[in-house]
Formats: sequence, C-alpha cells, structure tokens
Amino acid sequence: MATHTDKAYEAELRSLREKLLEMGGLVEAAISSSVRAIVERDTALAEGVKTKDREINRMEVAIDGACRRILALRQPAASDLRFITTALKIVVDLERMGDLAVNVAERALDLNRAPPLAPNHDLAKLADLAEAQLKKALDAFVTGDVGKAEVVMRGDELIDALYLKVFNDMIVLMMEDGKNIRRATSLMFAAKHLERFGDHATNLAEMVVYMVRGTDIRHPRSRQGS
Amino acid sequence: MTTPVPAPAPAKMETRSLEIRYGEKPAVKDVSLRLPDRQVTALIGPSGCGKSTFLRALNRMNDLIPGASADGEILLDDKSIYASHLDAVELRRRVGMVFQKSNPFPKSIFENVAYGLKVGGLKDRAALADRVERSLRGAALWDEVKDRLGESALGLSGGQQQRLCIARALAIEPEVVLMDEPASALDPIATAKIEDLIHELKARYTIVIVTHNMQQAARVSDQTAFFYMGELVEVGPTEQIFTNPRQQRTEDYVTGKFG
Amino acid sequence: MSVATRKAAGAGLFAVTGAAALLVVAMLVVILVDVARGGAARLSWEFLSAAPEEGMMAGGIFPAIYGTAVMTLMMTVAVMPVGVLTAVYLHEYAPARSRVAGAVRVAINNLAGVPSIVFGLFGLGFFIQFVGGGLDRVLSEPGTVTYGKPALLWAALTLAILTLPVVIVATEEALRAVPREHRDASLALGATKSQTLVRVVFPQALPGILTGAILAVARGAGEVAPILFTGVAYFLPELPNSAWSQFMHLGYHVYVLATQSPDVEATRPLLYATVFVLLALTFALNLLAISIRTRTRRKAAAGH
Repeated sequence: MATHTDKAYEAELRSLREKLLEMGGLVEAAISSSVRAIVERDTALAEGVKTKDREINRMEVAIDGACRRILALRQPAASDLRFITTALKIVVDLERMGDLAVNVAERALDLNRAPPLAPNHDLAKLADLAEAQLKKALDAFVTGDVGKAEVVMRGDELIDALYLKVFNDMIVLMMEDGKNIRRATSLMFAAKHLERFGDHATNLAEMVVYMVRGTDIRHPRSRQGS
Repeated sequence: MTTPVPAPAPAKMETRSLEIRYGEKPAVKDVSLRLPDRQVTALIGPSGCGKSTFLRALNRMNDLIPGASADGEILLDDKSIYASHLDAVELRRRVGMVFQKSNPFPKSIFENVAYGLKVGGLKDRAALADRVERSLRGAALWDEVKDRLGESALGLSGGQQQRLCIARALAIEPEVVLMDEPASALDPIATAKIEDLIHELKARYTIVIVTHNMQQAARVSDQTAFFYMGELVEVGPTEQIFTNPRQQRTEDYVTGKFG
Repeated sequence: MSVATRKAAGAGLFAVTGAAALLVVAMLVVILVDVARGGAARLSWEFLSAAPEEGMMAGGIFPAIYGTAVMTLMMTVAVMPVGVLTAVYLHEYAPARSRVAGAVRVAINNLAGVPSIVFGLFGLGFFIQFVGGGLDRVLSEPGTVTYGKPALLWAALTLAILTLPVVIVATEEALRAVPREHRDASLALGATKSQTLVRVVFPQALPGILTGAILAVARGAGEVAPILFTGVAYFLPELPNSAWSQFMHLGYHVYVLATQSPDVEATRPLLYATVFVLLALTFALNLLAISIRTRTRRKAAAGH
C-alpha cells in the first residue's frame, strides 16, 4: 500500500491512529474494571476507575489537538480527510464512554456501602457484550473492515434486549421487597449506562463505514424525508 | 422519495478519444472529456502528464508546434474545431487563453487590452475605450489603472500584469477561457484575487484551468479531471475527487502518496 | 589554495584583463591623437564645404563628403528591404530544418567572408558589364555607353551586397530577441501571423534592426575596394547629379592623397584632416548604434 511521500506526514497519521487505539484500550479497561467493581464489590477498583478517567480526558484533548494540527498544516484530502474527521468524532464517543464507565463505578461505590443483592448474571453478560462491541468497533477501525463494523451495528439489538431484561428483573426485585428499591435502582442505572455504552460503540462502527466507504450512513430514516 | 438528479450542464466543449503526439511520442492518449458550460473545470496531475498539452489543443495552439499532430475529435458547441467553417484565428476569438507567466506586450495598458479588438478590426475609438473599460472592470483591475491607461503595462506588479492579461483575453469576449497555471508565479494575495476573479467570471464564461496546486483546484473548480501519463484517469465533481475519489491513482495523487 | 594565494590570483587576473582593456583604449587614443595632431589645424568650415583646388593640395573635401553620403544612402535603401525581408523569411516563415533556409544561411555566411576587393570585381563584372551592358544594348543609342560604366548606382548596389550579411544577421538577432510568449499571446488573441509580425514583433525588433542598419552603413561608408572599379573617381569638376554619375569618396580620397600626391609635405595636413573627418563619421555612426542598443536594453530590463 502506498505511503505518503512526506514521511513526517505519514508518521503524524500513524501516531494519531496509535493514540486513538490507546484511548480505546483505556476505555475498554475502564468499563471492564467498573463492572468488576460491582460484581466483586471492589471499592478500590471503583475508585481507580474514577482516577484513571483523567487520563482518558487528557487523551481526548491531545487527540483533538493532533487532528487540528494536521488539518491546519497538511490540508488532508480524500481518505486522509475522512480519517481525520472520523477521528475527531470517535474521540468524543470514547470520552463519553469513559464517563459512562465512571458512572458505573459510582454505582459500584454506592452498592458497596449496602449489603449485597442477589448477583445478576445478566448484568455481567450485558457488560461483557458492551465491552466486546467496543473492541470489535476499534478492530474495524484499525483494519478498515466494513464487515466487522456491520457486525457491531447489528449487535446493538442484543444489547438493547439484554438491557430490557435486566430492567424488568430489577422492577421485579423492587416489587418483591421495598428494601431492595435503592439497590435495584442503582443496578438499573448501571445497566442503562452499559446500554448507552453499547450505543456509542455502534456510533463508532457507523463512522468506520463512512471513513472506509466515503458514504455517510448515519440516520437512515431521517434521510429519506429530504 | 429521492431527489431528482439534475440534468448535467450542456458541454460547451468536448473531446472524444483525443490523442496528441509530438512526432512519435504520444503526449495525450484517448482522452474523452466534457467541459460543462459556464463551469470551472480544473485539470490536475503531476508534471508531464499531458494536461497543458490537452489545454493547448482546445484553442489549436498546438498547431504552432512543429511535429505536433492530433487525432480524435474536439468539439465546440458540438461542432469540430477543425471543421472548415472555423479557422484557427476565428477559433481563438471564441476560445481565449491566459498563460502561466504573464506576458503583457511592451505597450501601454490601453493598447494591451485593445489589442485583440484592433486585430479583429474594431477601429472606432469610443467603442474601443468602452470595451477596454469593461474588460478591465471584469478583471477587477479598472480602479487600479484607470488613471494611467497610457502608461506601459510593464510598470504593473506581477499580480496586476496577470489580471491585465486576463482583461486582454476577456476584451474579445470569448466564450471559453483557458488558463494555464495562471497564479503559479504570484504571491498568496494576488493568487486569492485571481481565484476570486475566476469565481466571478464563471457566471459568463466556461473556464478550464490547469494547475499544479491541488488546493487551488479544490478551491476554484466545479469539476476536476486527473491526468496521469497522458491519460485521463478520473473526472468528477471537485468535492467528490477530494473527499472520495473512485480510482486508487487519484486517491494516491490527491493525498500525496505519489513519487 | 590558501586565502593569500586566492587573493593574489584574483588580483592578478584583474590586472591582466584590465591591462588588455587599457591596451585597446590606448591604441585608439594613439590613432586619434596622431590624426588630430596632424590634421586638426586644417579643419575648418571652409575645409568641409569647399571643393579641392590646386591638384588636391589646397581647398576642401566637400565633394568627397557629398559623394560618400549619397552613395551610402543609396546603399542603405538597397540593402535594408532585401536584408530585413530575408531575415523575416528565415526566422518567421521557413520551416525548421528546411533545405532552402539552410542553403540561404550557408550563402550568407560565405558572403560575409568574401574579401572586399572581390566584391569590387564582382560589381564590375556583373553590374557594370552584364547588367549595365545589357541595358545599353536595349536602351542606348548604338555605340554609346550610358549604363555600362562606373556609376553611383553600381557602387551602391555592390556595397549593398557586401553589407547584406550584416543586416540579415542583425535583423535575425533582433527577431529572435522578441520573446516567444509575446507571439503566442498575440496569436491566442486571434491575430494572424502577419498581424503578429507587424504589431508585436516588428515594433520590438525595430531597435535591433536599426542597429543593424547603422552597422551596415558604417561598414559600407568606409569600404574602398568595392568602389574602386564600380564608380569612384579621383577628381570630378561637378557634384554627381544622377544615379549614373561617378562620385568622389572620403576613403578613396585618403588613398589618393597618401599615394599619388606630387608634394607629400604639402598634402600631409590635408590627408590627416580627411582621415579625421572619415574617422569622426565612422565613430559617430557606431556611437549612434551603440546608444540605440543600450537604450533598448535598458528599456527591456526595466520592464521585467
């Protein structure tokens, strides 16, 4: 595959890609730790997630700056342009996903102050799915694989379904015993955060399709009206 | 419901399977390109790719080069420019050209702009003065030179000289204006003025511009054609060429992966 | 090379080249001073305007000045159109590598190398005997020779042929100096080739062509050998009044004064004064050519 004649430019683009993947890895670790903090009732882990979020935010700023620099100095065109504009958007989603991980960690802290509820396997499964969506979306981004991106987009249905199940389970718990309400609500919120996490991963996948194909496939239903 | 695709603008000029050789060597191979009416078409490509040769064929300036020969069709308003009803002189009154390095005659500013009109037979002084003023206004130069029309054109700055050459070309009221890297020798401000001028001119003229500077092509043109080694690799709306070209070679050139 | 050696070499080169230039100027100064010393005393308005008297030992040189001027004028009128048009053909119209153009160029080069005395013989044989003789056979009373003898016209035409290469080369150089871009621009505006030539090329080439003309004139005015057999005379009672008259000539006058004077001492001042006038004329013409060329160059430089 041809590389840019200007090696410095080639290096800048490569560095940007690496930074994005690094940030994605941090977010993956964050969501994984935050759910473990709930399941294993690990307060220290939850605190750790909150501290590490600062690193994620720093990376957002750094990546934004790198993108702006390339735009100003290199006038990127075609695939390079699509890559940069995608990177600018991906970074927003990743940062939000990091915030969602922090939200889940806060639910963990809250839950750990009270005696444990019956373990909900579906929540753990939801977490695994959400984390897997992010991993697959980042993979699609790195390899430019539209097929993988489409798998992610289809997988969002499963996450929604699982979230609904957890939601209903929590409702049942709350109806069973009023003392459960506070803790069930926390878990419900955690599940919601994970469902949103999955949505962001789907966004990422849609942007990968634009980056590779050059066609904007977002909001298909809104388009038809125009 | 999908929006209807607008009908393509009529082609002011068109080439069909155009091939141009210098002696034995082909400089342009099998190029079929439509130049839509009253739009700006940019021709881009690396050095030696044939874009300037192609441009010069459109007003038969290649006829002046010994050994140059052309095959295929070049059409102006759907009629061949080699047909008997149109000799090269008449063609060049309809298809004007602005060159890369500004080349005003060593005459006064007025005489430069009036030159094309005078060789075309216009003698009436009032009419000449009127046309000269209109052309200079059209080239956004009138205000700068209206008090010194009698002075030598060589006293103008580089950017002004190039705009003078544009005014000179516009004076004969061509239908098509060919520009061969019109701003390559100019500083950024002068370049911006020329590009702004092109934007205004396209309301009345069909413009074809050859440029080395991809960003200029991107800024100025409606349609971009990418030439490589004498062939037309890809042509399309400028936005598409610069955001999502169809050919890998176009993509490589536009992102700087050539070489 | 050390710094000191470099400096020494640089200074040495400067000195040598400077000395050569000085030598040239010195030679010129020596000639001028010698001539001035010998003849300045004799210079006067009377000298320039009167006819020679007492067998060339007194009087003036006006007829010689007049003859030189008229002959040079006729020569110029003859050589300029032919020379300029030939150059225009060679540069503007002849296809590249054409055999005809090549042949013409060879002819011009050879013509430039022919010794001037040969031109004189050519003039005698062709113009006087062939053309003049032919005209006589057709137009004159049998037995009379009106055209087939030495005359202003034949001398002027002979010199025209001699100076033809100068004019052609100077004109071609002037045409070549007109940048191609101006021709292209003119053609791109819908001008024909001839319009381009007249409106764009000629005005720019004109100074160069004029320079060529002046150089030709300067050369032609001074040549003596070609006119020896074709029209010049040593002493004429009247000024030439037609193209068929003979004429006196400054250069020839110098030759005669120097070689055939009965009293060398008496004629020496006259000789020097005549030489002075001849030199002054040549210098003036050359200076004119140089000044035109310099002014053109300066204008061209200022424009770009």
